[in-house]
Amino acid sequence: MKMINCPLNGLRNSSEFVYGGEVKDMPDHRNCSDREWAEYIFFHDNAVAVVTEWWLHAPSSYWFIGERHTASDEFLRTYDPSERFNTRVEFAVPVVESEK
Amino acid sequence: MPFSLLKYGLNSDFPYEKHADLPSPSALKSHYDVVIIGGGGHGVATAYYLAKYHGITNVAVLEKGYLGGGNTARNTAVIRSNYLTPEGVKFYTESVKLFKELSNEFDFNIMYSQRGQLTLAHTDAAIRGFRQRVAINKHFGGQSELIDPQQIRELVPSLNMNPADMPVLAGLWHTDGATARHDAVAWGYAKGATSRGVELHQLTEVTDVVVQQGKVTAVQTNRGKISCGAVVQAVSGHSSILAAKAGFKLPITTYPLQAMVTLPVKPFLDPMVSSPSLHCYVQQTSRGELVFGGGSDPYPLYSTRSTMDLKEGLLANAVELFPAIAQMRLMRQWGGLTDMTSDYSPVMGLSPVENYYLDAGWGTWGFKATPICGKTMAQLVADNGKVPALIKPFSMERFYRFAQVNEMGATAASH
Ligand SMILES: Cc1cc2nc3c(=O)[nH]c(=O)nc-3n(C[C@H](O)[C@H](O)[C@H](O)COP(=O)(O)OP(=O)(O)OC[C@H]3O[C@@H](n4cnc5c(N)ncnc54)[C@H](O)[C@@H]3O)c2cc1C
Repeated sequence: MKMINCPLNGLRNSSEFVYGGEVKDMPDHRNCSDREWAEYIFFHDNAVAVVTEWWLHAPSSYWFIGERHTASDEFLRTYDPSERFNTRVEFAVPVVESEK
Repeated sequence: MPFSLLKYGLNSDFPYEKHADLPSPSALKSHYDVVIIGGGGHGVATAYYLAKYHGITNVAVLEKGYLGGGNTARNTAVIRSNYLTPEGVKFYTESVKLFKELSNEFDFNIMYSQRGQLTLAHTDAAIRGFRQRVAINKHFGGQSELIDPQQIRELVPSLNMNPADMPVLAGLWHTDGATARHDAVAWGYAKGATSRGVELHQLTEVTDVVVQQGKVTAVQTNRGKISCGAVVQAVSGHSSILAAKAGFKLPITTYPLQAMVTLPVKPFLDPMVSSPSLHCYVQQTSRGELVFGGGSDPYPLYSTRSTMDLKEGLLANAVELFPAIAQMRLMRQWGGLTDMTSDYSPVMGLSPVENYYLDAGWGTWGFKATPICGKTMAQLVADNGKVPALIKPFSMERFYRFAQVNEMGATAASH
């Protein structure tokens, strides 16, 4: 079976992992339009390339990020999300109609 | 029976060049009214109906490999209309109707075989789902009924009624369920289209799409640039790649789907049997092979390799359903690239680019839709972008309106 290198648990069988989608920048959900939100949720690059994706090691409930080529299925790198998300994300307070 | 078959059988002078099904390759013209990207069933069916019903014959079908070499040649050929939503059922019921007539229409045998499909319920929730599907199917002219374990035993005596300790409680018996020879479907359409003047260019890959002021004007190929009035893209697993060339994203992710067949044995299994809970379906071909299929691979990939993990999981469940097949040998395995949407319905109709039409998101279930896709896409092109009512619900815009057409439960392991 294919093995995937979990940053927390080392090499494990691929059947222990769950794919979690492309890593994308989340729009400011409190202020963005419905269209922008739909785009973020449903539309994907789905490219043949080295892509950055969310993966879950299910037995340990540990989410991490992997860089993988979508044609060769080769993982180039896997790492803890803290490497990418190292500052707190703040969203602006939504503008409420009555306050306009 | 198609008359040509009879003539063929009685003919002493067997087919040779002059009876060739397809014309020899020709040079590309510099302009076509309509360019269809992808020479799978959907592409050639669209060309066929454009020529046949709308008199539009300055059409080129561009195929990077060979005719029907994509998912059209890789699917397990389940044809059915027992979906869940009214939108889906109406659409697929039309397709099944067209399928039944195809051999006569083409005068070319597509080996349509209506043997019925039996879907198994192992839980009360599944039975409730089946009742709903029966009601909706009947309402739109399909033939489905809920049957009990005794009727199931009579239909499929070789079935284990307690597979993997999940007793079979009821079945969704869809007498319209059928299969057909998938290559013949592609060849029948291609033959009908080319004999009416459409050009099919194999080994011709579209490498770029030229968009000017929001409108498609040409496509770049490995054999040169072609200007065109309209484009239809019907490239299944490669949908997102082409859309990116035209400048937009799709609500699609490409996953491999694998299937396999055994060596042939004597006929013992008439209906196609599917168990959504066991993620497995089994059918016996007219040659006697058993075909196995299941769900897509667990994560996206652009590769048609087969894996051992999938076989182990799928075949363990197939043997649970039919213990007598445990000693049979596999003969072939293969995979295809399926363009999956999150609601298991297609993406058809208009795109953000003017005159650039989509036939995508066909995932693991698009073979059965080949005739109706061709017919509705041809109508869409001929009417300059007026979307036929039957495919309106499948527009890409539905994702922006949060108006998905959820067919997941009715599709997942049965295609
Ligand atoms: C294993 C498996 C089992 C399946 N089982 C079933 C089933 O039982 N029932 C069912 O209804 N459906 C099933 N399906 C789904 C079904 O096969 C597809 O949805 C359907 O065949 C799609 O037809 P198509 O003509 O759109 O695509 P395809 O037949 O894949 O044709 C697309 C063509 O586009 C070409 N192409 C791609 N990029 C380019 C380019 N840049 N330029 C030119 N040409 C290009 C490809 O070479 C290909 O030939 C299954 C699929 C698989 C893989």
